[in-house]
Amino acid sequence: MKTWDAIVIGGGHNGLVNACYLQRAGLDVVVVEKNDWVGGAATSRELTPGFLYSNCSYVCSLFRSEIMRDLELPRFGLQVISYEGGAVFTRDGDYLANYRDHDAHRREFARFSKRDAEAYDRYSRDVTRQCRLIQPLLMRTAPDPTSFKPRDLGELLYLGKKFAGLSSEEMALTLRFWTMSISDFLDEYFETDVIKANFALSGIIGTALGPMSPGTAYVLLHHYMGEVDGSVGAWGYARGGMGAVTRALAASFKASGGTVRTGAEVDHVLIRNGKAKGVVLAGGEEIYGKLVISNADVKRTFLKLVEEKELPDIFLRRVRNFKIRGSSGKVNIALDSLPEFPALPKDSPVYRADMHFTDSIERMERAYDDWKAGRWSTDPFLDMMIPTTLDPTMAPPGKHFMSCFVQYAPPKIDGRDWTDADRDGFAESVISQIAEYSPGFRDRIVHMEVRTPREIEAEVGLTEGNIFQGELTFDQLLFNRPVPGYAQYRSPVGGLYMCGSSTHPGGGVMGAPGRNAAAEILRDLAKPTLHMSPAHDVI
Amino acid sequence: MNPHATIKPSTARLAAQSHFRTLRLGTPFQPRIDALGLKQDWYNWAGYRAPHSLWDEELEYFAIRSQAALFDISPMTKYRIEGPDAEAYLDRVTLRDVTKMKPGRVHYTAWCDDDGFVLDDGTLFRLSPTRFRLCSQERHLPWLLDSAFRYDVTVEEETEAVAGLALQGPTSFAILRDAGFARIERLKIFDLAEFAHDGASVTISRTGFTGDLGYELFVPADKALSLWDRLMAAGELRGVRAIGYTALNRARLEAGLIVANADFTAAEHAIRADRLRMPDEIGLGFMIDPDKAHFNGRRAILEARARKKLRYVLVGLEIEGNIPAEHAIVYYRKSQEVGLVSAAMWSPMAKRNIALASLQRPYGDAIVDDLWVEIYAMRELQYQKLMKKAKVVPRPFIKLDRRTANPPADF
Repeated sequence: MKTWDAIVIGGGHNGLVNACYLQRAGLDVVVVEKNDWVGGAATSRELTPGFLYSNCSYVCSLFRSEIMRDLELPRFGLQVISYEGGAVFTRDGDYLANYRDHDAHRREFARFSKRDAEAYDRYSRDVTRQCRLIQPLLMRTAPDPTSFKPRDLGELLYLGKKFAGLSSEEMALTLRFWTMSISDFLDEYFETDVIKANFALSGIIGTALGPMSPGTAYVLLHHYMGEVDGSVGAWGYARGGMGAVTRALAASFKASGGTVRTGAEVDHVLIRNGKAKGVVLAGGEEIYGKLVISNADVKRTFLKLVEEKELPDIFLRRVRNFKIRGSSGKVNIALDSLPEFPALPKDSPVYRADMHFTDSIERMERAYDDWKAGRWSTDPFLDMMIPTTLDPTMAPPGKHFMSCFVQYAPPKIDGRDWTDADRDGFAESVISQIAEYSPGFRDRIVHMEVRTPREIEAEVGLTEGNIFQGELTFDQLLFNRPVPGYAQYRSPVGGLYMCGSSTHPGGGVMGAPGRNAAAEILRDLAKPTLHMSPAHDVI
Repeated sequence: MNPHATIKPSTARLAAQSHFRTLRLGTPFQPRIDALGLKQDWYNWAGYRAPHSLWDEELEYFAIRSQAALFDISPMTKYRIEGPDAEAYLDRVTLRDVTKMKPGRVHYTAWCDDDGFVLDDGTLFRLSPTRFRLCSQERHLPWLLDSAFRYDVTVEEETEAVAGLALQGPTSFAILRDAGFARIERLKIFDLAEFAHDGASVTISRTGFTGDLGYELFVPADKALSLWDRLMAAGELRGVRAIGYTALNRARLEAGLIVANADFTAAEHAIRADRLRMPDEIGLGFMIDPDKAHFNGRRAILEARARKKLRYVLVGLEIEGNIPAEHAIVYYRKSQEVGLVSAAMWSPMAKRNIALASLQRPYGDAIVDDLWVEIYAMRELQYQKLMKKAKVVPRPFIKLDRRTANPPADF
């Protein structure tokens, strides 16, 4: 019976990144994926002929370019294209656009407030400063603050130096940024509702918190520290949908000799004498490996795939307490023509940008109130875009794919599971919101894929459908992610590692957890990591 | 579904939507400048389409120094500051003593944040006892509004409403006189006065960015073209030429003047904390008046002076040879890196190779000997690397008597 050097559970982007690095280090690696396709939450599937959806994640910015280069992803077809800015439609028939051009951006804001228009530079400076502080930590293992190992001390020193270099004012801003609500933070810069709503979007995406909840300012930061080819904070489309990221990863993995097994759902991890020995598939087949690495979130890994008796009590308790709450859904729509928005001039670049309909923080917070009450939002917050305005590969000419990220959607409805009727009601809240701003929208719909937390969990495996594999609040970051003492990709079970977004530095299609986990694994095996680029300099 | 009342947007707000079709605006003078812009060589000045050069950047420079040059300064940010407390407010916000500034005078000044770091430099025009105009490179409305707390003063951004022109050069006075601006000869340097123009009023100040005899004119945007035509007609026999920024930039460097975000980084733009600068660190220490009433940044600035915590100094350099040292690194004893050149040129007026540089103290301050610049001159796809001696010299690099002569001469 074959024993693999490493078995990676789950073929999401982090699992594949991890597998690629291990395979390239000379290990014999197999990725086992429960679905008949790889990709996890970074997939593009053709559910209706001619239309390709980005079924879950839909934009790309955080994915580390060091990884793209190391794993030769362009050679395997990955192309990321920047898109135009964005816009918030206002209920008075106008809109606020985010133009990429600095001066157009200012003039647009000045339509609503001259003061806010000129406040943007300071806001942007402060957010950029905070990003520069966090960025270098993404591609490093978080230090264990209680450890006296030279490496941990070295990393702690590195962190300490970063903070010691701050002025007292910056230090104050940093601490506030990590703890404030996005609403309070924006109040310090801007006075206009729609302008604040425009920036607040990034503070709540994927998070079971409202814009007035403390901690949401950091979530905004998480969305600003990406880049498209050096353009920091920019977002782009993966050409061919987000599945192009994982298709390229899988191709790179196979080209270096790796093996992918799809349609292979892991039932549990095989553990003997406290050490992982392999996995047992749902059908009973056993696959043996010297190491097992889980791309699944920390709850799924340790509450479903590992038997309780193998785990220390405190660890288990902390895993149970890890916040990984479902808060969002997705509606993917195939359209037979480009929708019209009467508020938008026909030649507006906003058609090629992300669009939103929530024009005040108060409305966002009310949408969150519905979540707290165990209902989907009647007036949801949408992050909507039409990638086919820039990517000709996803729909026939003249036809379009529209991606709608929808918030809020609770993991359970009034304490019970979602039903098909609930799902349809949820979809209707989305369609009716769009139709309010786009007459005739319903008639253009050819096909629709509706994904509530129920569908996301069932298909992708994300607990409660949480897109980040655990919320990005500061209590769950760095050496606390996912669990204190186990923030360095290892687990209480020998030979069992974690490489998903539940680990540092968290979610978003970033690839850094997968890469960092590979670095730790290779360190344990005393293998060189020369094929892993260090993080790009932040100068 | 929609729990909030609907508010109709103003027609002005809706009409302004279309700005996305014109990423670079024209200024009120654009029709005239377009007609003269033979090179179609534009750059982005704060969102406006401004000329680098109209027909020949060298000849445009010599127009400043020999005849008169007309340069469109409309994109400069302008704020109208008005109210009973305007004087007290501006005295608090800006470095120089505004209480000593009479109506009809102009200050070259700067303003700082609470930590004493320079937000910008600019010109402050006192149009009446209670009305001022503040002009600057960058935008500061939130800062100015927040600082107005407790003062009976209004601050309004008026960049688009007011057109601005600089008329600079030896014949600039004669042109204004010939154009019929009566008693223009009474304006001494940094004076301003209102003159009638086309049924409106034009503010003319004896100020400029060239170190030469010159004036700046501000007029309501709808009177811009008639003002341009009036000056061009009067200047025809006195060699007036429209110019672009490249020529002006040479003249300002000879005058030793600095530009925000070129020679220093404005505090609200500085992402890297060590790029912040106090007035003493960029050659603006002369503006600080410890005897005036409290002003923003005072405590920090005086403390830095007392504790000798000033880290940088901005100096004028004279560099051997004639190769401009733009963005060259400055060395002490040819080996120790001590600063950077921010602007450099061969000066036609001084016949010297000049530069502005920011150095780390004590270099440029206590230690001025044995300074060198390393020039990377790209010549036909090869760097010619030169290590040239640099001498700290006073600014301005040129001093023209005609700039301050009273009454001004015809040329």
